[in-house]
Amino acid sequence: MTGDEIRPSRLHWWWLVGALLVLAAAVLVSVMLGAVDLGASSIVSSLLDRLPFVDLDSGLTDREEAILWDLRMPRVVLGGIVGATLAVAGGSYQGAFRNPLADPYLLGVAAGAGLGATIAIAYGPSIPSTPFGPLPLMAFIGGIAGVAATYAIGYSVRAGRTAVTLILAGVAVASFLTAVQTYLQQRNAETLREVYGWILGRLSTVGWTEVWMVLPYVVVATAVMLLGARRLDVLSVGDDEATTLGVDPTRVRLVMVLAATLGTAAVVAVSGLIGFVGIIVPHTIRIIFGSSYRIVLPLSVVLGAAFLILADLLARTVAAPAEIPIGVVTAFFGAPFFAIVLRSSRGLGS
Amino acid sequence: MPPRFLTTIAAIALVAAACGTSSATAETPATTGEPTTTSTEAATTTAPPTATVPDEGGFPVTVETSNGSVTIEARPEHVVSLSPTSTEVLFAIGAGEQVVAVDNQSDYPAGAPVTDLTGFDPNLEAIAGYGADLVILMYDPGEVQAGLEALGIPVILHPAAWTLDDAYAQIEQVGEATGHTDEAIALVDSMQTQIAATTDSTDAAGATYYHELSPDFYSATSATFIGGLYAMLGLENIADDADPDGYGYPQLSAEHILAEDPAFIFLADTLCCEQTIETVGERPGWSALSAVQGGSITELDDDVASRWGPRVVGLVETIAASLDEQLSG
Repeated sequence: MTGDEIRPSRLHWWWLVGALLVLAAAVLVSVMLGAVDLGASSIVSSLLDRLPFVDLDSGLTDREEAILWDLRMPRVVLGGIVGATLAVAGGSYQGAFRNPLADPYLLGVAAGAGLGATIAIAYGPSIPSTPFGPLPLMAFIGGIAGVAATYAIGYSVRAGRTAVTLILAGVAVASFLTAVQTYLQQRNAETLREVYGWILGRLSTVGWTEVWMVLPYVVVATAVMLLGARRLDVLSVGDDEATTLGVDPTRVRLVMVLAATLGTAAVVAVSGLIGFVGIIVPHTIRIIFGSSYRIVLPLSVVLGAAFLILADLLARTVAAPAEIPIGVVTAFFGAPFFAIVLRSSRGLGS
Repeated sequence: MPPRFLTTIAAIALVAAACGTSSATAETPATTGEPTTTSTEAATTTAPPTATVPDEGGFPVTVETSNGSVTIEARPEHVVSLSPTSTEVLFAIGAGEQVVAVDNQSDYPAGAPVTDLTGFDPNLEAIAGYGADLVILMYDPGEVQAGLEALGIPVILHPAAWTLDDAYAQIEQVGEATGHTDEAIALVDSMQTQIAATTDSTDAAGATYYHELSPDFYSATSATFIGGLYAMLGLENIADDADPDGYGYPQLSAEHILAEDPAFIFLADTLCCEQTIETVGERPGWSALSAVQGGSITELDDDVASRWGPRVVGLVETIAASLDEQLSG
């Protein structure tokens, strides 16, 4: 953590307020803009009309009200939830494994979820819009299985075990799971498009049902991760030092990884695979504010939400009235950013 | 992630092509040929390939396909079809007895010899193993045609049709290549007559529609084969705005569908994705749509609606029937 130690290790309240203002601006812009122009004043009236003791006529038709409240709003809210969860989970993985490149993609979580989803789509009854259907469940099971396999293999290494061992195990697990998934796709060609639609991420069909479905998992997982931020900071000085300071590294790692995987699997189940949020957001925060996890994790929640809301705004509007998969938007910005992180990650590796 | 992402894009292109969305026809330099007699608005884009038949039904026969000139020395008795549409055509023109193997998606007609062969990634050895003396492909992922020709097996590539004329030309070529020229011409004639009878008696007069390919709102524009059928009935497509590049199969925004409020909704994802009139009505916000409130949603057979074979006649009649029901009522 060269050079970062002179940075403040506390989260200043005005940073949090600033981040929340950014999030509020992102939400407002996203509610205002969409494939259909509803008129700014009508939207504001319709929003205010929902407040208690306010009665305004927005002038919107029933269909326009449905566009705003049944399509656009849940999508903005879910985008925020997904972005917040992926970002804070990415930050937690990075802290737990002391590896700046750790994210759900490198740990087998995403590949496992992808395999689970493929099995559900290819062999299960196909009801993709049902939140409690086989697809979310199988994605969840697959994600947990993926990270469990990574963890088991990474920690069965006896000699020369480092934080990198786990990432290598994750790469092996992810490759294997992806191979199985590709094979199943080839065997079930008629469902290929549905699988790819899911892999590229889909917020295009979500409603409030999905929001209520993920919320409990996400709240619990995020709370656990935020409460563990201080222990991640202790862990960052090294396993032996952490032990002498009274922190059990294995236990911290296990709890943080479980919480991050729970959150990731829950959001991935409804939104599909949306890459790079877990890398971009925590690293940007590290560069700007400091590398203490008591800074990175809370700000990741807020700014991760803002980032994905804005990414989805692009996905919804750039080609309107057509859609671009949100995974394309996040990867388009994520891949170059990833390269910059790689260039400057010397010394962050532990 | 990046390599995998690229693979994903490539694979989507692959699927799109296989689902009947290939633009290969449009890109291939079209051979000049005499225009057929049907009137379709989209018929101007591609001239149908022609065939040279030295002697009525007599072999050798040379057909000019989009993949070049193909000579078939003798009447093929071991035809392998890796295209569900071609399978339907073969059986409809009486060439069914000459077919030894069809791909795993060829589920019609019932008697077709379905095998594990796949049209998405054809395996040369497996095809040759059926003793094929004519192979019909709808998609060549790479060197399949070259590989089969190296084995001395003639290959006809019939990619997704973009117009009815494309489809008719393919039917006639299959007829010539299998020694069923007369039956093929008769089939085309009968299709033209029946479709004309339907389109002549139906005029939606610019009513709008949304043709759904998947529950995440992929649709087909008027430039596509299926879109051309709707256009013949006087319908206007709400997906056209979303496809400035003419790819043909955009993913629509749900907001756009609600804002356009199409008069008719046609579901071509009833088999793949189990969508029904009920599931559409339950989607968030969709209860505000006139088509949901007025019951002008039609469930189509995905397979029929994604192929360009003889069953197009029934498809046009189904669409016209649901228009008549609403427009007269």
